[in-house]
Amino acid sequence: MSHTLAEHQPGFVPTADPSVKIAVKGLDFYYGDFQALTDITCDIKDNSVTAFIGPSGCGKSTFLRCFNRMNDLIIGTKVEGLITLDGQDIYAPGVDPVDLRRRIGMIFQQPNPFPMSIYDNVAYGPRLHGMKKKAELDEVVETSLKRANLWKEVKDILGRGGLTLSGGQQQRLCIARVLAVQPDVLLMDEPCSAIDPTSVQKIEDLMAELKSSVTIIIVTHNMQQAARVSDETAFFLQEVMGEPAMLVEFGRTADIFTSPKDKRTEDYITGRFG
Amino acid sequence: MRDMKRITNALALAVFWIAGLTTVVVLGAVILYVFVNGIGHLNLAFIFTKPHGVNAEGGIWPMIVSTLYVTGLAMVIVTPIAVLAAVYLAEYAVQGRLVRIIRFAADTLAGVPSIVMGLFGLALFVEGMGFGFSVLSGALALSFLMLPIVMRTTEEAIRAVPKFIRWGSYGLGATKWQTVSRIVLPAAMPRIITGLILATGRAVGETAVVIFTMGTMINTPLFPSDPGRSMTVHLYQMAMEGINLPAAFGTALLLMVMILFFNLSARWLLRRNRRMQG
Ligand SMILES: Nc1ncnc2c1ncn2[C@@H]1O[C@H](COP(=O)(O)OP(=O)(O)OP(=O)(O)O)[C@@H](O)[C@H]1O
Ligand SMILES: [Mg+2]
Repeated sequence: MSHTLAEHQPGFVPTADPSVKIAVKGLDFYYGDFQALTDITCDIKDNSVTAFIGPSGCGKSTFLRCFNRMNDLIIGTKVEGLITLDGQDIYAPGVDPVDLRRRIGMIFQQPNPFPMSIYDNVAYGPRLHGMKKKAELDEVVETSLKRANLWKEVKDILGRGGLTLSGGQQQRLCIARVLAVQPDVLLMDEPCSAIDPTSVQKIEDLMAELKSSVTIIIVTHNMQQAARVSDETAFFLQEVMGEPAMLVEFGRTADIFTSPKDKRTEDYITGRFG
Repeated sequence: MRDMKRITNALALAVFWIAGLTTVVVLGAVILYVFVNGIGHLNLAFIFTKPHGVNAEGGIWPMIVSTLYVTGLAMVIVTPIAVLAAVYLAEYAVQGRLVRIIRFAADTLAGVPSIVMGLFGLALFVEGMGFGFSVLSGALALSFLMLPIVMRTTEEAIRAVPKFIRWGSYGLGATKWQTVSRIVLPAAMPRIITGLILATGRAVGETAVVIFTMGTMINTPLFPSDPGRSMTVHLYQMAMEGINLPAAFGTALLLMVMILFFNLSARWLLRRNRRMQG
């Protein structure tokens, strides 16, 4: 899966470090005339969890949606700068965002199961991409639900509507649905802010398990969660209303939380604003 | 001062209450009137036999068949066109001038008096295209009447599907068409069908359009090219020409029952859907 974009393809940008999954260089982002992000540069490491933190409105979700080109769906948006995935410029002319999104899964704040059965929710992605055999689908559904820590709770009710589950179960169903297409990157936009503590625990557990095969980026407002689950942390800040936000500090989570280099990071983490 | 406020409040409440009650009373009065006058005439023979004699004694079977036939055919014609147009408007068209014009045209078309639509159907289908007075001409003209209603309700239904559900689909690498056909349309389906049923209810009760296009001949149509007489047209002739008033009321009652049935099934569908999603 991770070698579909070969080196001879257009937009290949060599990077020195093979442990870098996603590299961002000088990224600017615009909603029409409003510039939301300015000059973001950072490397997301392979098989790790990276946390995006920062006050509300500082562009965390916006930045996250740049990675799977979800912002393309919003009219009037513009991206400048470079984002590479495995060395491949994802905004290069030859890149189809539809293909890109199979490799980069996304989980949203509000659990969004489709109005269909639990089974069909998970099988949706594989079916889109041509899987038809019942046995194969059964297998993918089971493995994905297991990886999402949901199998035990739903194995006897696979035919029930996905919307009949509790919020936390719905969120794990959405995770299973994404895992069924075997992405190498998982983007999670505040996945735990609308669900019960038990499910939060289960999601944090599964993140730790998935990390060995999937690169995870999580946006969270919960500092403890960021500290618990992530290896690296990025702190974003929009200093002036109406001005673009920027990346203030990026580094190992342990360092950011114990000895931040920037005064603004320290203020945010210790709860002085945001 | 406080008393004044309280009195004003009570008065306002009373006015609202009376206004609301008026609707119920009017509906009750109409139903009761038709029911009392029609129920004596409504029986199986009335429904399943043909009329005979100069005063159209007997039943109204040909009219029932004509009505259901022309309405059903109109629905078959209008559904694909309206749904495709709505999908285009809601999902594909660049939201701008052209879309606003199409929407405005649809809303205006919905307001065109049905007798004008009937005249237009007479000129275009009956005479222009040579379909004559027939179920086909009637269905085509009726579909013009239903088109804007179905298109707009379908568009609303499609727009009502939450954005974040679509994003879930796009996020899995679905194309636009995959998202529309596998997620958006199924999710919108109950509301689309509700719109269709309501439009059908209107078509069943339509008189002016069908009198001009399907004609007035008492006939049990077999082919779309056959003429027929709708229940509404029959009702009109029985009553206005004083031929057979009891039959008119029997027909009216049956019409009301049919339309009530359409409205209730639309409500039932919506409610069931809300339960399933909620
Ligand atoms: N679709 C949009 N159109 C225009 N502006 C937008 C849009 N979405 C977000 N913005 C603006 O971009 C900026 C960043 O928003 P974004 O949602 O990315 O912030 P966030 O860090 O995710 O906030 P939160 O923590 O509240 O989720 C905000 O000023 C917001 O108003
Ligand atoms: Mg956000």
